[in-house]
Amino acid sequence: MGRTLAEKVWDDHVVRRAEGEPDLLFIDLHLLHEVTSPQAFDGLRQAGRPVRRLDLTIATEDHNTPTLDIDKPIADPVSRAQLETLRKNCADFGVRLHPLGDVEQGVVHVVGPQLGLTQPGTTVVCGDSHTSTHGAFGALAFGIGTSQVEHVLATQTLPLARPKTMAITVEGELPDSVTAKDLILAIIARIGTGGGQGYILEYRGSAIEKLSMEARMTICNMSIEAGARAGMIAPDRTTFDYLRGRDHAPEGEDWDAAVAYWETLRTDDDAVFDAEVVIEAAGLAPFVTWGTNPGQGAPLSASVPDPASYEDASERNAAEKALEYMGLTAGQPLREINVDTVFVGSCTNGRIEDLRNAAAIMDGRQVADGVRMLVVPGSVRVALQAVEEGLDKVFKAAGAEWRHAGCSMCLGMNPDQLAPGERSASTSNRNFEGRQGKGGRTHLVSPQVAAATAVLGHLASPADLSDARTPAGV
Amino acid sequence: MEAFTAHTGRAVPLRRSNVDTDQIIPAHWLKKVTRDGFEDGLFEAWRKDENFVLNRPERKGASVLVAGPDFGTGSSREHAVWALQNFGFKTVISSRFADIFRGNSLKNGLLTVVLDQQVIDALWELTEADPTAEVTVDLEKRQVLAEGVTADFELDENARWRLLNGLDDISLTLQNEPDIAAYEATRPAHKPRTVQA
Ligand code: SF4
Repeated sequence: MGRTLAEKVWDDHVVRRAEGEPDLLFIDLHLLHEVTSPQAFDGLRQAGRPVRRLDLTIATEDHNTPTLDIDKPIADPVSRAQLETLRKNCADFGVRLHPLGDVEQGVVHVVGPQLGLTQPGTTVVCGDSHTSTHGAFGALAFGIGTSQVEHVLATQTLPLARPKTMAITVEGELPDSVTAKDLILAIIARIGTGGGQGYILEYRGSAIEKLSMEARMTICNMSIEAGARAGMIAPDRTTFDYLRGRDHAPEGEDWDAAVAYWETLRTDDDAVFDAEVVIEAAGLAPFVTWGTNPGQGAPLSASVPDPASYEDASERNAAEKALEYMGLTAGQPLREINVDTVFVGSCTNGRIEDLRNAAAIMDGRQVADGVRMLVVPGSVRVALQAVEEGLDKVFKAAGAEWRHAGCSMCLGMNPDQLAPGERSASTSNRNFEGRQGKGGRTHLVSPQVAAATAVLGHLASPADLSDARTPAGV
Repeated sequence: MEAFTAHTGRAVPLRRSNVDTDQIIPAHWLKKVTRDGFEDGLFEAWRKDENFVLNRPERKGASVLVAGPDFGTGSSREHAVWALQNFGFKTVISSRFADIFRGNSLKNGLLTVVLDQQVIDALWELTEADPTAEVTVDLEKRQVLAEGVTADFELDENARWRLLNGLDDISLTLQNEPDIAAYEATRPAHKPRTVQA
């Protein structure tokens, strides 16, 4: 019987297989950041163990880094301690690090792909659940906990039970206004935040094949919000073209050998998935969340749902709690929800294409009065590229704040936070209670919806903007 | 890590579903660089309410958490497990756990037990009515026992064996060092490297 993409990559990394034991898998690439690594290095030190493969390990700083005044000492002592601990650990153990201020610094899931380190058919891990992002390249990539970080540092392997596989097949053509973000939010609303649990998802079908690498990363990034540890997309021409010429992409004969291997990384026609979900691309629309988990979303044209309409008691209960926290009432049209803050950034939507999409809408328009818009590139390289294209000028002219690269307002761990009760439209991936700051209220949106929302001051799509543009484009 | 054979203790009934790791330990606690001292961050937001079940005097010293479905969703932070352990929990019972949380818990010696929601309901009713009621989680017999409740649970043999013996993962893996070296020797040259070896 044929094998799925996930099964092929898995099989190619089995170091040891024994009856009744999880497979021992080899890890090709281990990414580190300051939050989940200190205790792992602590463990190594206590046991007197070295890092086994420094050449497969790389670290960057992202969660705690400020996005303003980055040359000044970091004010928050705890953030500073975490960054200093990472620097000391990397120096002590010899790990390559891209600290704040370095040209390769950025959100770990933006940095790996842009360096060309994330490649098809590799296993990629990081102490961070959004490691699923890297699956966009046909890599088997998943988040791990800190004790697993220590395990990989010490052994370059992980003992793992093989998950089941689920195909998410998206056929047809995405309507004009519908982005990868809308698609993944719709998928999560459909299968639920636990729907992918125990599975590796494979996104496939004609609509997926047409997507850019950036869009594919947005989708795989949020696999974890559907409960799946990993999401994958088979590598193809789009993938190879993205990788060619990047710093760590193979060259010459190695490139040819790599491509020959990568081309085998497709689910066989006779392979069988453990589950399958089929989605018609044409039926989709811009999608936003109204609740406090990423599955609580609806098309922008809809209204806040009535909790009483849920048959399942725990879903009803969750919806009630969410509306209370979010300060929303059932039946309120989503388009009439006003926001205080718009955040464009994160490992979900902080790449160059996302900034281009948001800038195209902001160009010649103004951020609405009383709304604060933060644009935070996912990495320094993305920032430099954006500046080269003049996108920073577009955002600044529109009244948005152009910031330094980092996780920023994706989570409340650095100075960029919502105040209690403040409401944001955010291109990040989690709308959990307090995620963007204590008491903050988050609506997850695409970069396009974020930009239109910034202009109009309420949740909106670009289609709502038809005459708001002033001719003074930059 | 500490071996887990059987544990008996009083319980905290937590009637909430979809408790994500941000709720278990909020992000700002992740700044610590040690493995201990997370107990005060456990369910921090909810603990501001003095009526929150964990704050009730009769729950003091309880060591068994009986939670709603989909416990531990969201971020992969292992601190969620440490916070539960630092607080004094030895085991968490739920009808469904998020994968990463479950993996993290078993690796750290916090036994996560999956039981049918019906059994969870029974445990909730029992321990709400009588906060002194004890719950026993017996890993050797793979059984949860409480007044009026006898429920078998499953746990894969390997995870069970390691918990019973308190074996640490890394030393186990390093017993297979020759296999790792053999795999490394045949890895294709085109695979990426972060630095020249
Ligand atoms: S951008 Fe957000 S989701 Fe991504 S790594 Fe940073 S904090 Fe995590």
